Amino acid sequence: MSLNKINLNFLTERILNFFEKIGDLFIYYLEQGGRMVIFLLYSLYASIRPPYKIAPVIKQIFVIGALSIFVIVFTGLFSGMVLGLQGHNTLKKFGAEGLLGSAVALSLIRELGPVLTALMVTGRAGSAICAEIGIMRNSEQIDALECMAIDPYKFIIAPKFIAAIISLPLLTAIFDVVGILGGYLVGVGLLGTNEGAFFNTMISDVKFADIYMGLVKSVFFGLIIAWICSSMGYFVHMARNGGFGAEGVSRVTTNAVVLSSVSVLVFDYFITSMLI
Amino acid sequence: MDDNYIIKLVNVEKSFGSQKILKGLNLSVVEGKTSVIVGGSGQGKSLTIKHILGLMKPTNGQVLVYDKDINGISKKELKEIRSNFGVLFQNSALFDSMTIYDNVALPLRERTKMSEAEIKDTVNEYLELMEVRGANDKYPAQISGGMKKRVGLARALVLKPKIMFFDEPTTGLDVAMSNEIYRIFFRTQAKLGYTAIIVSHDVPKIFKLADYVLLFHDGIVEDNLTPEEFQLSDKPVIRKFVETTMGRLYSSEMEDIQ
Ligand SMILES: Nc1ncnc2c1ncn2[C@@H]1O[C@H](COP(=O)(O)OP(=O)(O)OP(=O)(O)O)[C@@H](O)[C@H]1O
Ligand SMILES: [Mg+2]
Repeated sequence: MSLNKINLNFLTERILNFFEKIGDLFIYYLEQGGRMVIFLLYSLYASIRPPYKIAPVIKQIFVIGALSIFVIVFTGLFSGMVLGLQGHNTLKKFGAEGLLGSAVALSLIRELGPVLTALMVTGRAGSAICAEIGIMRNSEQIDALECMAIDPYKFIIAPKFIAAIISLPLLTAIFDVVGILGGYLVGVGLLGTNEGAFFNTMISDVKFADIYMGLVKSVFFGLIIAWICSSMGYFVHMARNGGFGAEGVSRVTTNAVVLSSVSVLVFDYFITSMLI
Repeated sequence: MDDNYIIKLVNVEKSFGSQKILKGLNLSVVEGKTSVIVGGSGQGKSLTIKHILGLMKPTNGQVLVYDKDINGISKKELKEIRSNFGVLFQNSALFDSMTIYDNVALPLRERTKMSEAEIKDTVNEYLELMEVRGANDKYPAQISGGMKKRVGLARALVLKPKIMFFDEPTTGLDVAMSNEIYRIFFRTQAKLGYTAIIVSHDVPKIFKLADYVLLFHDGIVEDNLTPEEFQLSDKPVIRKFVETTMGRLYSSEMEDIQ
């Protein structure tokens, strides 16, 4: 009897504890989500409101954009080459090798270009953005800015937002062009697809809508990367389980890269489904 | 009581989880004077400064600066109030990816319409005043701790603040360097006439600068007295502080003089 009662008490306690934990977690993520949305609004407002300073934006375009070119060219080239290889083999089964040009170009322009560029930039620049802002937060540099009546959103965040939104489409364009070149090298140069067919199908099949879709995606991805990576760095001190010190920054940076990459793929689906 | 209080904390409470740090703190700072905050480590001195700066919100109570509740005003009003502040953080909080020159120039670039030439003159003037030489192109990581404090001071002072906050300006510095900081303090306060709030462990030396001494103990301010009154107070908590920091001798000597 009494044993049963103890067991029951123990059980209810465990169950209550469980729900309490779930509740805590739910509230934490709700708060964090709310903070991030407000962060986005402040950042966008800070990006469009005068005064405009060009130098910080150019510096960020250099850091986020220019320094990513090498990685983008490299991944673009190999993505295009593998597309040429796979595409040639598959299309050959249907006797449609001539369509290789359009297949390579369309998959790059509509999907792979924006998505892979965004993933590479997240890994290269997104992580750097998050760590930089996180360290500024943890060493009271953001507090210092606020006390000097300098708006951190305007001073630190806005240049990164603008630079990411400008850089991503440009990097994507580079990725696409290099990728097509890679497809050409393998498809035409190595596997002997007819050069004229390669380019003719490409030119006749790639429509403005395809390029538009790629452009919309890359702009959105730029926004997502800047938003998630900088806001998670900015709120490092509010992270669950303590976002303090170097370890706090490293953990939050990892989370930011994962969340940003996942968001890119999720939003890719939704943008595609809206534009298709 | 005179009413030229520039900062007022009314029954401020602050808890972190179940840990209550500030327990109904009342504090006022008189305009144009120097208030020195003393008290043991972890008593919430830096925390209180953060409340006044609007970097932290109290769990209960009010923080009034220029008679405005700093947590009940718009972002714009807060920015306006903060434009009167100069802050030397406990860890200097210099921008570590900017040079020393750019650190001091930043407030001028962002908050004034000065030309680069005027900015250059002002920055060099202040760095000279702080006796920081030949470090313009260095980064914070490349200069010594004492230099960082002085650069932090220059950065806090360039905009000629009306209220200066110093969080432990001399902790970790050698005696000569602390004296240098105090000299700079005297010189700049005479020049700019700012209200000063200084958190310090440097008792009794710091009493020489103080118009008022506030002792933090157990989440409240024990009293707001002049240094002389403070050293002669017979409140047990204050007596104990005076005796442990300045020695029995010192306090009884003062009594004899009286
Ligand atoms: N963000 C925070 N989260 C949890 N506790 C905090 C936080 N900030 C301060 N505290 C606690 O508040 C107390 C007061 O801290 P504070 O930094 O104000 O001390 P202090 O009086 O300035 O000490 P010191 O003279 O050593 O600088 C400490 O016990 C600290 O643990
Ligand atoms: Mg402190």
